[in-house]
Amino acid sequence: MAKLIVHQEKITDNQKLIEVCPFGAMEEKEGKVTINAACKMCRLCVKKGPQGAVEYVEDEVREEINKDEWKGIAVYVDHVDGVIHPVTYELLGKARELAAVTGHPVYALFMGKNISERSRELQHYGADKIFVYDEPELDRFKIEPYTAVFEDFINRIKPSSVLVGATTVGRQLAPRVAARMRTGLTADCTVLQMNENTDLSQIRPAFGGNIMAHIKTPYHRPQMATVRYKIMNAPKRMEQESGEIVNCTIGREKLKANVEVLDIVLKEKEKFIENSDVLVVAGRGVKKQEDLNMLHRLAELLGGQLACTRPMAEAGWMDAKYQIGLSGRTVRPKLIITCGVSGSVQFAAGMNHSENIFAINKDAKAPIFKTAHYCMVGDLYEVIPQLIKKVEEKKGA
Amino acid sequence: MKIFVCIKQVPESNKVEVDPVTGVLKRDGAASKMNPYDLYNLETALRIREEVGGSIHVITMGPPQAEQVIREAFAMGADEGTLLSDRRFGGADVLATSYTLAQGIKSCGDFDLILCGKQTTDGDTAQVGPEISEWLNIPSVADVVQICKIEKDGITVNMDLPGEVEVAKVQFPCLLAVNKDIFQPRLPSYIKKLETKERRIQILSLDDMPDKDETHYGLNGSPTQVQKIFPPEANDKKEVWEDSSEVLAEKLFDKIVEMKFA
Repeated sequence: MAKLIVHQEKITDNQKLIEVCPFGAMEEKEGKVTINAACKMCRLCVKKGPQGAVEYVEDEVREEINKDEWKGIAVYVDHVDGVIHPVTYELLGKARELAAVTGHPVYALFMGKNISERSRELQHYGADKIFVYDEPELDRFKIEPYTAVFEDFINRIKPSSVLVGATTVGRQLAPRVAARMRTGLTADCTVLQMNENTDLSQIRPAFGGNIMAHIKTPYHRPQMATVRYKIMNAPKRMEQESGEIVNCTIGREKLKANVEVLDIVLKEKEKFIENSDVLVVAGRGVKKQEDLNMLHRLAELLGGQLACTRPMAEAGWMDAKYQIGLSGRTVRPKLIITCGVSGSVQFAAGMNHSENIFAINKDAKAPIFKTAHYCMVGDLYEVIPQLIKKVEEKKGA
Repeated sequence: MKIFVCIKQVPESNKVEVDPVTGVLKRDGAASKMNPYDLYNLETALRIREEVGGSIHVITMGPPQAEQVIREAFAMGADEGTLLSDRRFGGADVLATSYTLAQGIKSCGDFDLILCGKQTTDGDTAQVGPEISEWLNIPSVADVVQICKIEKDGITVNMDLPGEVEVAKVQFPCLLAVNKDIFQPRLPSYIKKLETKERRIQILSLDDMPDKDETHYGLNGSPTQVQKIFPPEANDKKEVWEDSSEVLAEKLFDKIVEMKFA
């Protein structure tokens, strides 16, 4: 049992020691410093307190697992009705990189209904083996049968690491599987590194991205991690097929579900600009209403939406629900490209927390350049058409 | 209907800084509040109780001062509250936290429904709910955006997927993790706050759990270990490009590709 022991005689200043704890888990009781249930076992008091005042004791050695029995990096193939989510390819690419350190194989786990034909596409992304569970009961994601299949796969193959896309399905399935395997799971990793002893270094943001945590799962296998879409790099699709497809079966009794999918309703396309990862913004530098088509096209190509400044909404060129700023919406997209926007204080207040801000303006002194990360001094009527052409060419390729 | 609602006390602000030299976490005071996402699962529970009757039991794990969030839940209308508090629960990761909550729920008796919020604002994992359902061996659905129908044997809900909404019926007992905005949460009532001032909050320690094996809780029951924490790289970049339009288009395109938007 790991625990912290407070050696009162080594404490010089009680209050000073208490202040070391960022969680307020130390308190003074009858002149003695004690640790309460707020303790997160971060052990800062051991490191930062007076020498020897707080001692960390681990009097029971953890049961060592035989890491040699666990080999390979497995990727869960995320899909809806057989349409594979691109995060899967990104994870296969990452798995290849990680596997190169230890010389382990890369596996893909694909479960669903009528998916055997689709599994061949996975052979273009470098998995050594593709395990396919094709069963009528697996037609839509249901937590119980999907977990049962995942468990069957892990017990059979014993992969050292398991990567799952942090999609709607992955974020439900991965924790359920991790709990069943009594192992650790790190959510939304942004960096993954393999160590030679097969321990996976998992780095993720916490506290709303205000700090980063480096996490390991040293005594359990498999080590599990989820990763969001567009975090890892997508590998190139290889012309040549490679890897072996392994068809697997599982007992019918394990596929029972207490969830029944009654209906699937397509969502309306219209989205709020607040929910968009990518925004292109039209400002007064746009001369005619029909020129908005060009910006619409760019937004569409980048998978985003077109938004506007207040003058554009007031002129009736765009609906007020697309307006950014204090009198409009506050947005925080991953990518925002402002086109011909001067950048009033009111406008900037509605978008200055965006992750990557690109601004195009002819006037090098435009206030928008105070807010932007990338300040492009130029004419949007020249830059945007050329950019559209390049993106179209890449999409077509 | 017996409903358990899982809530958590989180720091008032998630503005934390890490001293880059010492690695010490610096937090803005110790003020704390109920995890904002939990207002939605609690509200969902209150609406379900209004419709079909029953009782709402809130449960949380934390230090003694986490009692505050249970009091707040009482002021919103919850009936009972349990605080799982023990030094030996400290340092728990997702696995140990979900196990402790599942053990706590077990020790409080039978239930039909467990409601969790989407995630917390300090951990941000969204994993504790699904793991609780595994420990209790019950079905679960996350990303619930609407409650459609409540029947004797189960509940029909809408689950949000990227391009579609899935309508699913889940058998009781089950666990649902609801999204933000499923309902508009009510404000705590001052009258209810006064009424429930003396209401007892059950406090359970490890010794009250059905499973008393210390290695299943806290740091010892946590497979993941935090090696270190460090500040993220700040996005304070600033580049000014004063080139020909061809070059500007080229540079912009390269950046967009690098950022995986094209």
